[in-house]
Amino acid sequence: MANKATREGYGDGLCALAEVRPDLIVLDADLSAATKTCIFQKAYPEKHFNCGIAESNMMGVAAGLASTGKLVFASSFAMFAAGRAFEIVRNSIAYPKLNVKIGATHAGISVGEDGATHQCCEDIALMRAIPGMTVINPADYVEAKAAVLAMAEYEGPTYLRFGRLAVPIYNDEATYKFEVGKGITVRDGDDISIFATGLMVAEAMEAGQILADEGINARVVNIHTIKPIDRDVIVKAAKETKAIVTVEEHSTIGGLGSAVCDVVLEEFPTTVVKLGIEDAFGHSGAAKDLLREYGLCAENIVNVVKSVLKK
Amino acid sequence: MDKKFVKELEIAAAKVRIGIIEGVHSAKAGHPGGSLSCADLLTYLYLHRLHVDPADPKMPTRDRMVLSKGHAAPALYAALALRGFFPMEEMKTLRKIDSRMQGHPDSLKIPGVDASTGSLGQGISAACGMALSGKISCDSYKVYTILGDGELQEGEVWEAAMFAAHYQLDNLVAVVDNNGMQIDGKVSEVMSPYPIDRKFEAFGWHVININGHDFNEMEKAFNEAETVMQKPTVIIMRTVKGKGVSYMEDALEWHGKAPNDEQYEIAMKELTAHLAELER
Repeated sequence: MANKATREGYGDGLCALAEVRPDLIVLDADLSAATKTCIFQKAYPEKHFNCGIAESNMMGVAAGLASTGKLVFASSFAMFAAGRAFEIVRNSIAYPKLNVKIGATHAGISVGEDGATHQCCEDIALMRAIPGMTVINPADYVEAKAAVLAMAEYEGPTYLRFGRLAVPIYNDEATYKFEVGKGITVRDGDDISIFATGLMVAEAMEAGQILADEGINARVVNIHTIKPIDRDVIVKAAKETKAIVTVEEHSTIGGLGSAVCDVVLEEFPTTVVKLGIEDAFGHSGAAKDLLREYGLCAENIVNVVKSVLKK
Repeated sequence: MDKKFVKELEIAAAKVRIGIIEGVHSAKAGHPGGSLSCADLLTYLYLHRLHVDPADPKMPTRDRMVLSKGHAAPALYAALALRGFFPMEEMKTLRKIDSRMQGHPDSLKIPGVDASTGSLGQGISAACGMALSGKISCDSYKVYTILGDGELQEGEVWEAAMFAAHYQLDNLVAVVDNNGMQIDGKVSEVMSPYPIDRKFEAFGWHVININGHDFNEMEKAFNEAETVMQKPTVIIMRTVKGKGVSYMEDALEWHGKAPNDEQYEIAMKELTAHLAELER
């Protein structure tokens, strides 16, 4: 499997989107090379506007552009897009239901060496809490690109989360179709369910294989849309398997795990174990080492699944 | 402007002020001081300057007006009502539970409102986006935004000021309602934004200073703004907070408080007497 970062899918997806949506405008806040909007800028220099290091104003400008009918993508790191500019996203974009797409890259601790100030593990929680905000976290390059392209026909404020780290591409670009709000069962099984999102999907798939080799049939579900979440796929897993393990490169407070718990509690209470960052800040280090340290790797998912099944 | 037209605007402004007091009194809450200080400006914009159509509030070619100091919503609503967007009678439903007259401007609920504002500093950014959109599409509409002087303390205002100058948004005019007061006291004492003109000038804006209660000065300033190329314009207007109601003028306590029944009677007596005098 080739490796590529989902943020590359963001940049390439924008170029593909521009072909079907000539009204597309892309904003960035001095991070074009990192967010990969530079790919779009090169192809469409007249549609790319750098807002400088001023994320709050960028979100407001995006709102103004959208109010005149343009399709706008506002790009920065997750820390600044969801964190610093939170209130502008809430009041200027989401409250008037404007068609602004937020492209937030460098999410989670896999940012790596930059350390805690840049490792945003709270963005899903923040964005989920905003009324009417769609939250999307693609798993690989193909899914990321397809998610961006799907925005051509998806109205309303949307937060798209991308990673810095190159990760395996397991979807086939020729056949993959992105459906907002649809969980994808990437491996079937009836012993236990693993719900993963973003970069953790590849780890969950690997864990599923290791478990299968040991005789445990784990169902692995890719939740690329955390809001609105696919309730059916969760309820089905709650009913058909013994427990649910959620895996996300995000705080265990307010992210995928919380969203899954909300559904399970309302519809079919069962055991849910949340794997993620547990109320902590990250620190500097290589992404792979950090992910291992926080238990966000196939090996630890396998261990957690086994301990859950033992109980 | 000829004297007759100035008089017409003065009459309209008096009606807007009556609408403000009706609304705030009925709501038993709201911001009369900062609404009254920009009542003349909003009257001028909606009854004279802006290319808008009450029959088609979302007309794509319309001029945009973003009330960045969203707490002056009563003044905006009264001006919109007078322009014909909805009946002035609706001012009496201001801030009420089943009303569309939200405490702060709501672009989804209220016809004629171009941006949902109220959280200070955000409106000017949205106005920049609208102006940039006009530039991208070669549209001829203009974008206006009204800022409070206290609002200038928000950092986002200066991010937007930098942006507007950088992208040479000469289709954007910002107006600062310089009434000199904010909730906690005089702006000069709470956190001085002065010198406002030199700050905007340094950010690359064309700056005009006027008296915000003089329609002739407004006309001159807005006409001048239309001639400025490749630069946004800011009109800094000196105003009196609470203008038009004697006991509210330059009185800090009327920033965010509604008059009681007795105070309401006094205000209405003054405003209707002024209106009658203008109409005589």
